[in-house]
Amino acid sequence: MEISAFFFYLISSMILVFGILTVTTRKIFRSAIYLLFTLINVAALYFYLNYEFIAAVQIVVYVGGIVVLILFSLFLTHQVAGDLPSPPWQRLVFALLSCLFAFGFAFCLVMKHSFPENKNAPINLTVSYIGKQMLNYGDGGFVLPFEVVSILLLAAMIGCIAIAFKTKKNA
Amino acid sequence: MPEVKMTYILFVSFALFFIGAYGFLTRRNMITMLMAVELMLNAVNINFVVFNKYLYADKADGLFFTIFIITIAAAEAAVAIAIIINIYRKFRSIDAEDADTLKW
Repeated sequence: MEISAFFFYLISSMILVFGILTVTTRKIFRSAIYLLFTLINVAALYFYLNYEFIAAVQIVVYVGGIVVLILFSLFLTHQVAGDLPSPPWQRLVFALLSCLFAFGFAFCLVMKHSFPENKNAPINLTVSYIGKQMLNYGDGGFVLPFEVVSILLLAAMIGCIAIAFKTKKNA
Repeated sequence: MPEVKMTYILFVSFALFFIGAYGFLTRRNMITMLMAVELMLNAVNINFVVFNKYLYADKADGLFFTIFIITIAAAEAAVAIAIIINIYRKFRSIDAEDADTLKW
């Protein structure tokens, strides 16, 4: 087996194993840590596909931001370090069956579909190219979504503060 | 240049998406449901990157959409956690079954 294929199988098996552990473990803190490992392995998959910038963004935003946020909120809201209650078996069985059938259906569609071959020469996705395209208002530029997303982030930040703000009780 | 076929990586991303869907359907704790949603968003990101790399290597649209999805996922997680903390203050619980004031 080639060494590159071996790394792919290693990374993808880690993604799937930690993903399954994230949604099945009964301890909520372990679930957050398994989520952390899943996200790191997804970043490793981006490195494997030579998308270094996306991998860096994944590590900074997900691993450094979202998982830490989730851990903080667990500390704020989880009273006892007990196990989560096990869901009723009907819900488990039906969720498992529906997910398996949906997965089989979707993947069969992908296997049957013949994807078009791309004959054009690939471009080099350097960080400077990404930055120029992000602020390019011409053909193929992304300045409008960039500005919309920046407004959305501002709105989300203000909204978070407004929602989580502790209102003083009238004495 | 990795020599893995595209369908192998699509298998991983589809499986990760439905793992997330399974977690969203079975869990009733709001924070673990949020984690399941993050898994699904990650699967979508892998899909975008793989299609960009294997099918449209002369464009960068998949990469930009991945960046925007990651940004929106961060905003979504922050707002969701603010709402969860507020619900915890009101109901002293983050179980989705306990927040039933609007339930008739």
